[in-house]
Amino acid sequence: MLLLLAPWLVGFSVFFGYPIVMAVYLSLNHYDLLSPPRWVGLANYRYLFTIDPQVGTAVKNTLWLVAVLVPAQVLFALGIAMMLARARRGVGIFRTIFYLPALAPPVAATLGFVYILNPATGPVNSALGRLGIGEPLWFQDPSWAKPSLVILGLWGVGNTMVIFLAAVLDVPRHLYESAEIDGANAWQRLRWVTLPSISPVILFAVVLGVIQALQYFTQAYVAANIASGQASQAADVTAASLGYPQDSTLFYPVLLYQHGFSDYQMGYASALSVVLLVVSFVVTLVIVVNSRRWVHQAGAVR
Amino acid sequence: MSAVPVTAPIVRRRLPASVRRKRFLLAVANHSFLIAAAIAFIAPFIFITLTALMTNEQALSARFWPHPFAWHNFVDVFRTAPLGRWTFNTLEYSVLGTLGLLLSSIPVAYALARLRFRGRNVMFMIVLVALMLPPQVSVVPLYVMWAKLHLVGTLWPVIIPNWFGDAFSIFLLRQFFLTIPEEYLDAARVDGLGELRVLSTVVVRLAKPAIAAVALFSFLYTFNDFFLPLLYTGENPHHWPLQIGLSQFRSLHQVQWNLTMAATLLVMAPVIVIFFLAQKAFVEGVTLTGVKG
Repeated sequence: MLLLLAPWLVGFSVFFGYPIVMAVYLSLNHYDLLSPPRWVGLANYRYLFTIDPQVGTAVKNTLWLVAVLVPAQVLFALGIAMMLARARRGVGIFRTIFYLPALAPPVAATLGFVYILNPATGPVNSALGRLGIGEPLWFQDPSWAKPSLVILGLWGVGNTMVIFLAAVLDVPRHLYESAEIDGANAWQRLRWVTLPSISPVILFAVVLGVIQALQYFTQAYVAANIASGQASQAADVTAASLGYPQDSTLFYPVLLYQHGFSDYQMGYASALSVVLLVVSFVVTLVIVVNSRRWVHQAGAVR
Repeated sequence: MSAVPVTAPIVRRRLPASVRRKRFLLAVANHSFLIAAAIAFIAPFIFITLTALMTNEQALSARFWPHPFAWHNFVDVFRTAPLGRWTFNTLEYSVLGTLGLLLSSIPVAYALARLRFRGRNVMFMIVLVALMLPPQVSVVPLYVMWAKLHLVGTLWPVIIPNWFGDAFSIFLLRQFFLTIPEEYLDAARVDGLGELRVLSTVVVRLAKPAIAAVALFSFLYTFNDFFLPLLYTGENPHHWPLQIGLSQFRSLHQVQWNLTMAATLLVMAPVIVIFFLAQKAFVEGVTLTGVKG
């Protein structure tokens, strides 16, 4: 019994329990890895909340992801799943096509999109140019960099789409039939039959989306790195290109990376991580608690 | 399956022509949307492939179709960057990580699903919480720890934790183990097998699809992983896995988009090949996480 659980108990303490306690301790210290930690009390938090101008930028950028990327992904995945559920033929092929991009490694997918959207030789701007429509600078333009990341995010929405499709196909037919007998039109059937039936899955997708938005790093890092076109060793490149262009892709995890692993300010990075811990915990809790109001539990008396 | 339900055959009235026409048009519209979306989803793959086959000069122009096809790009990529070395590092991470993850997560999932003991529910809650927290939360102290053990610069800091159970895998396996009928396990227990033997013979055999899905997810995760490998091996190119190498490929080697896209395609290829070989396990696994989550 204990034998079965032993590895995980050890692992949990060492890789989960210890670091969280330690992060709180380190956040109250000045620590650069070289000299021993020096106690500074709440100074890191004071700097974080009142002085550091980058924190505000990073928080705004991350909130933007939560407010735009997450709903866009959920709605897009839901829309495709609904259309697929209605299709009479080719469902298997369509499903494969929509799922495939979700498999592409994030680094590779990001590289592909930075190329496709590059203003000089990219196919998208060549086409836009021929049509005579404006040609955005995409990953090079502070106001277009985040929307470009959204396009990349929508391309990789396959996982959510497959889950939604399974849920939509699982909605009992008789519910639609009785709704139809009651004279419900297509919109009413969607609003009062489909959406309530799949609401637990939507909740799952939203929670997962928010969690992923809070840790969004790889795509931002790679896009900024490639778009800025800096040429030097990995560790040096990061400092110059993180958040490129003009901190528009400086998301919270990117900021944490910059302080912890580019500047080796371990104390301050710990403070940033403790704030992230509290925020992710509260956000998840709020979504789950509020969901009781709109998620339909099968068999629950309400 | 073979039992035919005894119901009266449904007599469908012929729908009026206007309704039929409306439905037909709706179906056409629906399919047109799907086809347009499908083209948009495939287009990036096509652009990446076409560019990967262009010559240097062509990659500098805004031309769309490669002329001539530069197949040697895929050879040049290996000459430009230590792609073999990166692949070996990725495989080291994937194989050792997945092996450890399975060996350590299966017993925990079994205990959480099937054995009764005090604190079981609390432990399951902890697994769920562990699932939700961003890795950035624990990363600073862990980095300090690995630095003190002189393992920063290698892939061990990302491999070793897999040997101590992974929250997502434990969660997924537990959900599957719950569906195994208790009678099967009792039968094995009556035959005098201890819990460990019950697990290693009966449960593992019955849970093959779920274990395959977990192994698949773990392989994908390790293959695609970027943040933690970047932290630990970023300054030691000798230990870079494929993803880190690919992310630095263009800036480090001053190459054109054609070679960059060739490398990108090579990194995407294994995942896509595996998908077509194991499509069923994939879709089952994805659905299992969502519907039962």
